Amino acid sequence: MGFSDADLQAIWLTLRLASLVTVLLLLIGTPIAWWLARTRSAWKGPVGALVALPLVLPPTVLGFYLLLAMGPNGPVGQLTESLGLGLLPFTFWGLVVASVFYSMPFVVQPIQNAIEALGERPLEAAATLRAGPWDRFLTVVVPLARPGFLTAAILGFAHTVGEFGVVLMIGGNIPGETRVVSVQIYDYVEAMDYGQAHWLAASLVIFSFLVLLVLYSLNHRQALR
Amino acid sequence: MPSQRIIARFHHTYPDFSLDVDLDLPGRGVTALFGHSGSGKTTLLRLIAGLQHTPQGFLSVNGEIWQEGARLLPTHRRPLGYVFQEASLFAHLSARGNLEYGMRRVARGKAMDRAALDQAIALLGIGHLLERRPHQLSGGERQRVAIARALALQPRLLLMDEPLAALDLARKQEILPYLERLHDELEIPVLYVSHSPDEVARLADTVVMLERGRVMAQGAVGELLTRLDLRLARAHDASAILDGRVRDHDPRYRLTRIDTPAGTLRLAQIERAPGERVWLRIQARDLSLALDEPGTSSIVNILPARVLALEPLEEAQLLVKLGAGADQATPLLAHITRYSADRLGLVEGQELFAQIKAVALME
Repeated sequence: MGFSDADLQAIWLTLRLASLVTVLLLLIGTPIAWWLARTRSAWKGPVGALVALPLVLPPTVLGFYLLLAMGPNGPVGQLTESLGLGLLPFTFWGLVVASVFYSMPFVVQPIQNAIEALGERPLEAAATLRAGPWDRFLTVVVPLARPGFLTAAILGFAHTVGEFGVVLMIGGNIPGETRVVSVQIYDYVEAMDYGQAHWLAASLVIFSFLVLLVLYSLNHRQALR
Repeated sequence: MPSQRIIARFHHTYPDFSLDVDLDLPGRGVTALFGHSGSGKTTLLRLIAGLQHTPQGFLSVNGEIWQEGARLLPTHRRPLGYVFQEASLFAHLSARGNLEYGMRRVARGKAMDRAALDQAIALLGIGHLLERRPHQLSGGERQRVAIARALALQPRLLLMDEPLAALDLARKQEILPYLERLHDELEIPVLYVSHSPDEVARLADTVVMLERGRVMAQGAVGELLTRLDLRLARAHDASAILDGRVRDHDPRYRLTRIDTPAGTLRLAQIERAPGERVWLRIQARDLSLALDEPGTSSIVNILPARVLALEPLEEAQLLVKLGAGADQATPLLAHITRYSADRLGLVEGQELFAQIKAVALME
């Protein structure tokens, strides 16, 4: 036994998806987290709640609405078609967009908490030491909030690897395009091929455990410093 | 020279209080912004630093305009140094990294001014701490690094927001001598926020007293601490503060003689060398008055003085402002009963003797 070619393809696709989504989420999530951590606007509550929605919604609900929005009659679908990009559902890029929404809270919240914990003072001190706004962000916020960014990246990655419902709604089951590991396991179970399912499922258990182990040891070391 | 001044005009209403100041401060020496908490002194300092903004205002520092109306220079473009109440060092950098953070940015890619760095390190005595992280430093050491970090920038204005308030007494004693050295050696103007009369007396040349966002008084330190119309003189622990120098020690009686502008005072022997500068505090309630020179008295310190002003304090008490010393102008304060005042027949201009029951050395 071992991984079949289809399994390896699914693993490769999953890693590609999760890496891309993590990078995008760090880029999109950081400004959102920054705004949420520092704003006194009345919109803080609604925006925060919106970002956190995927934590409580069944993935099928999220997937359903994303499918509608990205479909030929949805606003996103009409936009992508008018840009000559075609339709996103049942493509790799459709999965990327859906995963960005789905994993958003896992990235935004740790960064937001880290920036909130930092407070205003280090930024003020940096300003009195001649650091401009970007300089302050890169040389003070990023290093001091590093544990938050690290947690965000690891959780965003791991959560994307583990998604299933949204993938099924948006991406279906196209080998090499949208068939990620969790869908591959589902297929094996449907086909009563429990042996192959074990290989992949156990790999995911071990992977998730290792990710969390790394995360908790990092946080523990941070707390000791 | 009119340009060697700090001009600050801010009028702004906040939800909980309003600030209304129009200040013209000396462009060198230490100016204390003094007041109770909520008086607006920290807000004023933050406005001067640009850490807070008012929609309208004016600020110029020795001829350079930092704010005019709504146009203002952002904090990172103002050539200032700022010391916060808590040291606020960057936790991810060593003491040296903290010192160099600002210096690199001042140098803008050119070589850092090593001489300025070394000078700041020497002035604050932190040479042995440079490789440590902030969490490996004591509270007093952290604050010394923070002060050096601000000084090393060679700012044109140094702003200090109660740099000692977060420290315990022992740590304060550790830092005060360094601040006194700053006072003596620094060429640039310093604005020092404080609510401690002792600190103000030791460190400042000029005092601005703030209350509820308004300037109550502005003047030289010795003068302001004894002015009768100010709350400070009426406080229970009102005192006069004297700038003195140790004259000599009397080993037989274990006394030290100290020359002050009010006259020579004796106090229980202190561990200071002759010629050393010391600050003495005489509380108003430790002063009693006599019309004739007391011939036989157990009181050690008796100074001739003149009544400069009398002010009712409460039902039974009077506050007397005295002038002592050669020119009868060095202020002392006495709290006495109205009964005593009537018995002595006190009037302004009267000459008498001040008997000082206790003189405290300000550490």
